[in-house]
Amino acid sequence: MRAPGSWTEKIIVNLVKLSGYSTIIFIVMILIFLLRSGIATLGEVPLGNLFSRTWYPIEEYYGVLPLIAGSIIVTLGATLIAVPIGVITAIFIAEIAPPWARNTLKPLVEVLGGVPSVVLGFLGILFFSNFIRQALQLPTGLTALTGAILLAFISIPPIVSISEDALDAVPRSYRDAALALGATHWQTIWRVTLPAARSGVLTATMLGIGRTIGETMVVLMVTGNAPVMPTGLGALFSPVRTMTATIAAEMGEVASGSVHYHVLFFIGIILFVISLGINLTASAFIFRQRKRSERILS
Amino acid sequence: MKKLLPIVLVSMLIALAVFGAGCTSSNNTASGAKLQLAGSTSVQPHAELLAKAFQANNSGVQVFVQGGGSSAGVTAVGTGTADIGMSSANLSASQKSQYPNLKAVPIAVDGIAIIVNPANPITQLSLQQISDIYSGKYQNWSELGGEDRPIVRVSRETNSGTHVYFLEQVLRLGEKDNKTMFSPDTLLLPSSQGITSEVRDNPNAIGYDGLGYVTPDVKVIAVASEDQGAYILPSAESVNQGTYPVARDLYIYSAGQPSADIQEYLDWIVSAEGQAIVTDNGFVPIANE
Repeated sequence: MRAPGSWTEKIIVNLVKLSGYSTIIFIVMILIFLLRSGIATLGEVPLGNLFSRTWYPIEEYYGVLPLIAGSIIVTLGATLIAVPIGVITAIFIAEIAPPWARNTLKPLVEVLGGVPSVVLGFLGILFFSNFIRQALQLPTGLTALTGAILLAFISIPPIVSISEDALDAVPRSYRDAALALGATHWQTIWRVTLPAARSGVLTATMLGIGRTIGETMVVLMVTGNAPVMPTGLGALFSPVRTMTATIAAEMGEVASGSVHYHVLFFIGIILFVISLGINLTASAFIFRQRKRSERILS
Repeated sequence: MKKLLPIVLVSMLIALAVFGAGCTSSNNTASGAKLQLAGSTSVQPHAELLAKAFQANNSGVQVFVQGGGSSAGVTAVGTGTADIGMSSANLSASQKSQYPNLKAVPIAVDGIAIIVNPANPITQLSLQQISDIYSGKYQNWSELGGEDRPIVRVSRETNSGTHVYFLEQVLRLGEKDNKTMFSPDTLLLPSSQGITSEVRDNPNAIGYDGLGYVTPDVKVIAVASEDQGAYILPSAESVNQGTYPVARDLYIYSAGQPSADIQEYLDWIVSAEGQAIVTDNGFVPIANE
């Protein structure tokens, strides 16, 4: 029985292994390519120029600070909007909603997650930016805030799905115990279920942030792309230029091998490092969760 | 459900086979060449009309026109991903050194219109005033005799040939040693569509765009080259006579020794027949210069 099957089995096992390792190979290759094309920047552009406040590459001003700040402002804004809404939606779906509402809401959230970002950007530039300008009496509606709100729409679906899974995974007995002790429904959610699902919710938040900082199309279309160095909270209401929008807008024009080309890859490295940091933080939470559950079991 | 799977797979295979066969047969019937154009979105509308007319006369040839921006067009023809590049700017020094074998053919003259929201009472500006608006010297429309509104400057992205032209000829007034820069809060929008929609919706905004992209729902500003000079509205006539000061040539580029098909197309564009189409499109043919 074993002899005829071992052939195919070997092939299948190796194919599975290969696809498993391929992710690692891809990441290493991307990293090498980014470093090879981007690190030359440090030799070509003086650090004083690279970390200055002016970005105007056709005249060789390569200050990346406004771009980094722009990305941070938009991402922070989107996170502040998306996390409360996402987590509360997840609580509603997992703990409060009657079955019919749950069965309508869950697919709807997934549909929202499937809306292509270019469509959101299109709606944003045609209608939403105009609304923001009139509602807040701003000089222009193409601002960091407009981008942040639209990006929140993009990061809410993953936050809801992952948080909801985490809440669902909290054992029934926790809730029963809390209710038996006389806690109200709300107290059970706030003091027992949510803390028990904390690491899952934090992971959801981190992945949402990761999704937001890497998003390109929406911010390219609605944030105005003006490389202004932000000076405080007011920057949320003025145009910004993010790292992703800069790469997307300028990559098509540059001559390969030029200084500008290297600088764009350098921005890519910065983005890569930031996303890596966010993902490492997220997996640190997942890892801690496993340890605690092991502790409970023992 | 499980029994359905093979049926679905088989029908997908059949569909694929039919589709594949369809593709090859259409390839066989198209006997002639395929020309790929890419580049400036200012040239694109002309190139599309020209391509349509050319294909109507030469059924064997297929012409594909893509946008992407002037610099992308030069890169595409330089690296061979396109047969012909479209550009609204002369080659820069770095482009010249990287792609030394590119040959430019001017195909039309394009006026650049300065546009504002219809609600803006301003009707005319001098080049110096436009330069001061975009450099950030003026921050409020009231400084120019308009309403008390902040000025929102809207520009194309830096990969646009129009951006570079505007920087050199308007912001810096064509002076070589002038180092005036765009105010850093200038909005850089990736498309002509983005500029039109922001200027149409926002009474604070000022923008610029190729004459072919101006829609009736924005207001075109009359421009004077000198502060005391005559204010001229852009039109095919004023661009042609050279009285409207903000106009530049549109180019197409080919690389090295063009193939017979490409050469035939290039010759046709500058012929009387091709230039008549440029004129019909409301632009100024190059032959009239």
